[in-house]
Amino acid sequence: MKLRRRSGITDGAARTGALGGPGRFVERVQRLPGTRTDDAILEVRDLSVAYVTDAGLVMAVDRVDLDLARGEFLGVVGESGCGKSTLLFGIAQLLSPPARIVGGSVKFRGSEIAGLSDKQLRHIRWRDYSVVMQSAMNALNPVMTVAAQMRDVCRAHSEMSDLEIRERSAEVLRLVSIDPVHLDSHPHQLSGGMRQRAMIAMALLFTPDLVIMDEPTSALDVVAQRSLMVQIKELQQRLGFAVIFVTHDMSLVSNFSDRLAVMYAGQVAELGGTRQLFDFPLHPYTQGLLEAFPSIRGPKMHLQGIPGQPPDLAQPPPGCRFAPRCAKVTAPCLTIDPPLFDKNGDLVRCLLYKAGRPELGAAIFPSPQDRPGAGPSLSDLGVANPERTNDQ
Amino acid sequence: MEPSASRRRRPPGANLWRAVRHNRKATAGALLLLFFLVLAIFPGQIAPYSYASTNFAPALPPSAAHWFGTTALGQDIFSQLVYGTRESLIIAFAVGGLSTFISVIVGVSAAYLRGFADGVLSLFTDVLLVIPTFPLIILIAAYVRSAGLLTIIIVLGLLGWSYGARQLRSQVLSLRDRDFLESARVRGERSLYIIVVEVLPTMTSLIVASFLGAALYAVLTAAGLQFIGLGDPNAQSWGTMLYWAENNEALGAGMPLWAIMPGVCVALLGASFALLNYAFDEISNPALRPVRKMMKADLDGLDTAARLRNVPRASRLGREA
Amino acid sequence: MRFILRRTGFFLFTMWAAVTVNFVIPRLMPGNPALAMIARYKGHINGQALKALELLFGVKAHVNIVSEYFTYLDNIIHGRFGTSYTFFPESVSHEVLQAIPWTLGLVGVTTILAFILGTLIGLVSAWRRGGLLDSMLPPIFVITSAFPYFWIALLCVWLFGIKLNWLPEFGGYAYQSTPGWQWSFISDVLVHSILPATTILVTSIGGWILTMRNNVISVLGEDYVRMARAKGLKPWTVMWGYAGRNAILPNLTGFAMSLGFVVSGAILVEFVFNYPGVGWMLLDAVSNEDYPLMQALFLLITLAVLTAVLLADIATALLDARTRDLA
Repeated sequence: MKLRRRSGITDGAARTGALGGPGRFVERVQRLPGTRTDDAILEVRDLSVAYVTDAGLVMAVDRVDLDLARGEFLGVVGESGCGKSTLLFGIAQLLSPPARIVGGSVKFRGSEIAGLSDKQLRHIRWRDYSVVMQSAMNALNPVMTVAAQMRDVCRAHSEMSDLEIRERSAEVLRLVSIDPVHLDSHPHQLSGGMRQRAMIAMALLFTPDLVIMDEPTSALDVVAQRSLMVQIKELQQRLGFAVIFVTHDMSLVSNFSDRLAVMYAGQVAELGGTRQLFDFPLHPYTQGLLEAFPSIRGPKMHLQGIPGQPPDLAQPPPGCRFAPRCAKVTAPCLTIDPPLFDKNGDLVRCLLYKAGRPELGAAIFPSPQDRPGAGPSLSDLGVANPERTNDQ
Repeated sequence: MEPSASRRRRPPGANLWRAVRHNRKATAGALLLLFFLVLAIFPGQIAPYSYASTNFAPALPPSAAHWFGTTALGQDIFSQLVYGTRESLIIAFAVGGLSTFISVIVGVSAAYLRGFADGVLSLFTDVLLVIPTFPLIILIAAYVRSAGLLTIIIVLGLLGWSYGARQLRSQVLSLRDRDFLESARVRGERSLYIIVVEVLPTMTSLIVASFLGAALYAVLTAAGLQFIGLGDPNAQSWGTMLYWAENNEALGAGMPLWAIMPGVCVALLGASFALLNYAFDEISNPALRPVRKMMKADLDGLDTAARLRNVPRASRLGREA
Repeated sequence: MRFILRRTGFFLFTMWAAVTVNFVIPRLMPGNPALAMIARYKGHINGQALKALELLFGVKAHVNIVSEYFTYLDNIIHGRFGTSYTFFPESVSHEVLQAIPWTLGLVGVTTILAFILGTLIGLVSAWRRGGLLDSMLPPIFVITSAFPYFWIALLCVWLFGIKLNWLPEFGGYAYQSTPGWQWSFISDVLVHSILPATTILVTSIGGWILTMRNNVISVLGEDYVRMARAKGLKPWTVMWGYAGRNAILPNLTGFAMSLGFVVSGAILVEFVFNYPGVGWMLLDAVSNEDYPLMQALFLLITLAVLTAVLLADIATALLDARTRDLA
């Protein structure tokens, strides 16, 4: 029985039993969520993804910056069409024509993965990061059994014997509370919730460092949603992987995430610790979103929606993208595309938080209009001690 | 605060026109069809001689007076081709129309009525789909002895609708539970109204594709029937030309164009329908269109767009305040 | 299994429908064809042939049509199709059996070959979208798929047979050869089949390539293909196991439905090349007004097509678990 060494990636935590011997499953050292470490497993800088159309380029993701620490649960929320799924695929290098990355970098565990070919990515795919997609009915191959789909990825990335593969597959199914007898079922024979959990199980075959999830609960009913989320969170705490969770359901994810990123029109509008963001939403868009959710316990209120439509990304408005719908809009908002400002550890893309004078605003990430090429340094802007803060 | 520029309202046909113009296949198909239409409508102006006049020396090779030569009976091949266009086009459109009409009625009703009616109609459609219709047509034509234009149109039309019906039925089935139909039902609209006003317009592309497919099938099958001698030997059509050419051993007797040219016309007319059909597929399903590679101009456009947005640079901001 | 039973039921029902159509149509035609024939062959028809005519067309007016129908069905099931006029006094069954191997060999083999090749080429061309294959093929094959079979056949006859005289364009074998299993005969047969086979192959392959290509393109946009990419599987595995296996399913159904067209093309090709198969015999029967033979051939062709459809359905059920479970 040969063990294939995983190349190029070192890690102090114990690896799964899949490689170390039949059936032995070693749990990861538990890490507290939100622990500040310099061990960021994902660094996204300036990532831009565009769709190539006959009418030119449509920027679906516009210069997004994100950091993800080990074991962290990051929720990415936004309405339909804000670019969150495109962002996800851009990070996972799963874009297909006509979408492509047109700028920026994605560093996974310190190495650049943006722009790598499928062949180059093959040895970290699934072993170091895996993907869970929205609809398991569509994401699982309808003509193959669950066992066969797990088998092909195991064979592609390790030299486990068929017996070991079978045992490992049963093991991960048990992790998500599915009876291993379903290994020989086809996807259409499982219920919606089971399919989704089977997909998550498949994502955990090699206990990766990062699991990227694209709206895995959207196709489920409310009860199944909640139980799936609980299961995901529990697995995450047990196995210690980081999660990027994309959804449009802010209230659902906020119970489980450490940090939340709110996206609007292809940009990150606000990024901060979940609790803080909920208690003190800064960006007018986030405020609008939260006001749109009724509270079960609070007094009866008039629900406010956000009037208007998201902008046409083929012709984004000059200045702040939310300005046309913003209740707190001011004149400069229409011409200046704000950078992200830091307010008490929460990053906001809104001129309201520039602290009076734009040049003194503690702009953490330099303003978009300065790129590409070298922009002014942070000290040019009058920032004294520029320091990146991640969460509360 | 108005969002950025909304699109101008386009007249309904304009999108289609634009699509046809941009898609090379559609343009080619449309031009070919137009060419044949002109020939069919104005044969007298284009053909130098009439179809049946046998005034010329037989078996002449191509020349200035006779572009494709003459037949064994002394008729001008080119004129025959021109006059023959009309019958082929009539067959194509008549059978196409009849077939499509029947397939719309059967397909949409089957999908909409569901239950037993659907079962019966679907069974009928499937049986007709699977039974090889060409031998059946041959049999019928043999009994009738010589099939004139009307016979051909009726027989082909009555036998050729099953494929379209099947496609339309599955399309309607997938649409049936969509919200806009639900809302029509809730409004209390009658079934017929719902079918005609709400459902049919969404299936225009499928109906057009059905029509084109039926027209193609009609042209080829009719030509085939006439070629083997089951048509009316006195008809003026390409298929009949082929029949006479084959009977007179045109290929071996030094009159190859007599046999080849009518085939070319059938092929070209058929190709025009096929091109239009395929282009329609591409227009309604953008995934099938040719892949457009990103060009350097697009990347440059990125910077230009940023510049054009009239955003003051941060370094200037500090000095202005 | 229920699915297969259902399809077999459909097979039997359609066969019955074809047989009934065969029974009904001549009786619907204005002027009974049998009467015309009898008039024509006045005095030359013997008892057997007369019986056959009665069988098929119901000459005797006073016989109950229902009982006639059941007699007819009974005869069909037992293979009693009567005596052929063209090959008098041979029975229809005897003649038909002679022609079958020729058609099976030519049309059967070529069609399957065209399907397999076309599917493979379609798969590869869609896999490498934007490549040379993909940009060249669709326009070319859209046009060629509209060409009438018989025209290509005529072109081949003229170009390769007469002008260049490279290949024989007439018959299944040369007149002089003696039929048998010796190599000289077999090679003669093969050489004679080159042109007809090429015609069928060239005309029909375009359709397969195009439909497979479109299917694969749709499948490539599906989430499970993206998922396969995300899993880091080798492109080969993704192309075959994920894209190909799913894309071929509608193609199989399409194969079944397009057989009618293949048959019509095959008949015409046999006609042009005078290839002694079922199609040629059918047309020969038509020109000789040999109704018993015509009807038997029609039923035979229908049977063949239905069998092929059933086989395609079985193949679909084997490949796709959803079909098995849905029925």
